[in-house]
Amino acid sequence: MTRRARLIGPLAGLVAASTLLAACGAGGDRESDGGGGDSGGSTDIGVTDDTITIGAHFPLTGVAAPGYSEIPLGAAAYFDYVNAAGGINGRQIDYIVRDDGYNPTNTSTVTNELVLQDEIFAMVGGLGTPTHSAVVDFLNDEGVPDMFVSSGSLQWGDDVENRPYTFGWQPDYEIEGKIIGQYVAENMPDAKVGLFLQDDDLGADAEVGVRQFLDEQIVEVQRYTSGNTDVGPQIAALQSADADLVLSFNTPSYTALSQLVALRLGYEPQWFYSNIGSDPELVGSLLSRFSEGAVEGDNSSLDGILTSEYIPGVEDTDNPWTQLWQKVWDQEGEEGELSNFRIYGMSSAYAFVQTLAAAGEDLTRDGLVEALEESGESLEGPQLAPFRYSADSHLGISGVQLVELNGGASDPITPVLGTDIGDAPIEEDSSGQADDAPPESGIPEAP
Amino acid sequence: MPAKLQRLWRDSVLGRHVLVALVGLLVVLLLLETVNDFRAIQLSSMAYLGIAAGGLTILTGLNGQISLGHGALMAIGAYTAALMLPDRDASTPLPLVVLVSVLVTLAVGTAVGAAAARLHGPYLAGATLALAVAVPGIALYFGETLGGEQGLRVSMPDVPVWALDAEYLLTGTEMTRSGWVALMAWTTLAVTYVLLANLSRGRVGRRWRAVRDGEVSAELAGIRLGRSRVSAFMVSAAAAGAAGAMLAFTVRLAAPSGFTLTLSLTLLTAVVLGGLGSLGGALVGAALLTFLPPFVTSVGSDAGLSDLRAAELAPLVYGLVMIAVILLAPAGIAGSFRAWRIRRQARVAVAPAPVAASATGTTGTPDSPTRSTVPTSSKGTPT
Repeated sequence: MTRRARLIGPLAGLVAASTLLAACGAGGDRESDGGGGDSGGSTDIGVTDDTITIGAHFPLTGVAAPGYSEIPLGAAAYFDYVNAAGGINGRQIDYIVRDDGYNPTNTSTVTNELVLQDEIFAMVGGLGTPTHSAVVDFLNDEGVPDMFVSSGSLQWGDDVENRPYTFGWQPDYEIEGKIIGQYVAENMPDAKVGLFLQDDDLGADAEVGVRQFLDEQIVEVQRYTSGNTDVGPQIAALQSADADLVLSFNTPSYTALSQLVALRLGYEPQWFYSNIGSDPELVGSLLSRFSEGAVEGDNSSLDGILTSEYIPGVEDTDNPWTQLWQKVWDQEGEEGELSNFRIYGMSSAYAFVQTLAAAGEDLTRDGLVEALEESGESLEGPQLAPFRYSADSHLGISGVQLVELNGGASDPITPVLGTDIGDAPIEEDSSGQADDAPPESGIPEAP
Repeated sequence: MPAKLQRLWRDSVLGRHVLVALVGLLVVLLLLETVNDFRAIQLSSMAYLGIAAGGLTILTGLNGQISLGHGALMAIGAYTAALMLPDRDASTPLPLVVLVSVLVTLAVGTAVGAAAARLHGPYLAGATLALAVAVPGIALYFGETLGGEQGLRVSMPDVPVWALDAEYLLTGTEMTRSGWVALMAWTTLAVTYVLLANLSRGRVGRRWRAVRDGEVSAELAGIRLGRSRVSAFMVSAAAAGAAGAMLAFTVRLAAPSGFTLTLSLTLLTAVVLGGLGSLGGALVGAALLTFLPPFVTSVGSDAGLSDLRAAELAPLVYGLVMIAVILLAPAGIAGSFRAWRIRRQARVAVAPAPVAASATGTTGTPDSPTRSTVPTSSKGTPT
């Protein structure tokens, strides 16, 4: 008993002392809850009279880094180009990129850091479906504009009510699937179609689109899990189902892996890869790496393969947009050549700069979102088809052009086809977006 | 009063551990007052890594079993927590969520431990490695219920009113949700560490050490090897379950890519960096892993490196620190610190021997060096 008393005495003293110590803090006033919330006026978090701080999460290290880590370099080069010309409305753009290694747990950490520590005005171009879906609700809860997510999942744009601050950018996988499906149904009606899908939003959204037109023609559907590098069983199943046209919705690594496995099995269907999996240069280099030199991959390795396009690529040297990107890269870029991934980064940076211009001098987070909803459909830019931004939809580019790859370049096999999700019809794009050219300065004005 | 405290410190293991934990919690509480939300989240990350590393350090350091599968056990805890918090209206009390996560992980840990108890060295490493590889696959296979690649979102309920009121009463500031999560994570850490420390200082801990140091002699002393191994694994798994629940609260997501083999290796790294078998070391390791990479990255970008280069700097420095610690402080940071302190105390005790003899009372408690040598002998690695 005495022993317990001995124990309780000091403990009680300690608790009392700590309470007393902490209570000294209670004398403070309760000012902090009055000051919170939107300060309104002409500026917002992350904006000063002469700077705008924005951020993004990208895989700069790890398995997803090859290719994808070049995107923020392109965007940074374009922002530097704009800054060198005086910025937008007199404000310089400060672009912070943080590495998430394509791991959603890290994405959550670095996004906290960007929003709470660096106090960014907006997230611009955060990459990846699993990664970004870890933070999309946080960004919307905090009221941070979440512009131009670098992923084609539907979830960035089809639920405006719950995610008012999030905007997609590239054509979503469903409309890409629809357009590819319709093309195949019209031009290859006898093909026995096999599907090779990544087992997440990418494959699921695309399958919905494709099945609108090809439900009867599909003989086999195979899915792979990202991270599992053995796709032998899937390709063999497609082969044994006698599929002579394979529509593949996958990332670049899996384009290379599926090509290698098909080579080993002696399986030679017509391949049709989704846009995100078909960068000829990257796939070429992955082919040599994965086969440890047995296959000499270069940018002609994918010759004859069908795919889709929604912005001009690095081989379209006659295109005025590509010429602008070349100029920007020569002027502001780091070492290395201009690539399709860098162009992707610049194209989305261009759209953001134009949105900033549209939002005007008095820059607020809500003002930016409103500006994009109002003028989104009339934004100019390298995209071949217009954006779909409105108060009801935050989905990105509305169409693609189907092409055949040839020595790294692409030969169009259809005009630019535009549509929307659901049963919206597929029509030839008449907006003239594909034929426009950037302004002389290379810096957009408010639409 | 000081004499009483000193006696308490000396005589009561539980009292000593509880005191340290309370003081630690008080420090964290004061710290949380002064830092912003982002730091609060970092502190929660440190806490969940610390909890899991604490469990692992007991398993590896005291019982000599190696586990490469603790990341998978954390996944089980995190997914259990995520399943219990599907939306904001689900008003499952958080302590219950933590408890269930711990119990579920404990159940899995028991099964794994029972199998692991029959294995040694590399075979044990292999078996737990398989666990680390297989568990994220379960989430993909049952994509409908477990969210597949994109994982399950965790909807954290609002900070309870009593906590808000208490915080305001004590400190005069409002508690943010991140601060609340950090406080919960650290409270869990304190409770876990007190339990782990008590276990390892008592009969159970002595059995674990006996099994680690010599199987035959332990068996001769009447210790059942299998039972002792399984119990160590269970305790360790329970800690991993609590850590997983804290991870789910902090990150607000349970996704398979968060629980890859890398996480298991990270935990092992924390344990090795800090010092095998020492809870303090596990906490030091967790702190290093949480704060070092962002610190290096920001130093890199301040030095004018591009974001890409700065991001690449973090793994490089991390690797160098790892090599440096193993070369210079093979007992880990906490282990080496303790060894240094003991050496110094020994020197102090030996050098002024004639003087000390006349002033025994002032040189401090003579038994303290021997007392603290006990855990330092715990460097045993399984053979």
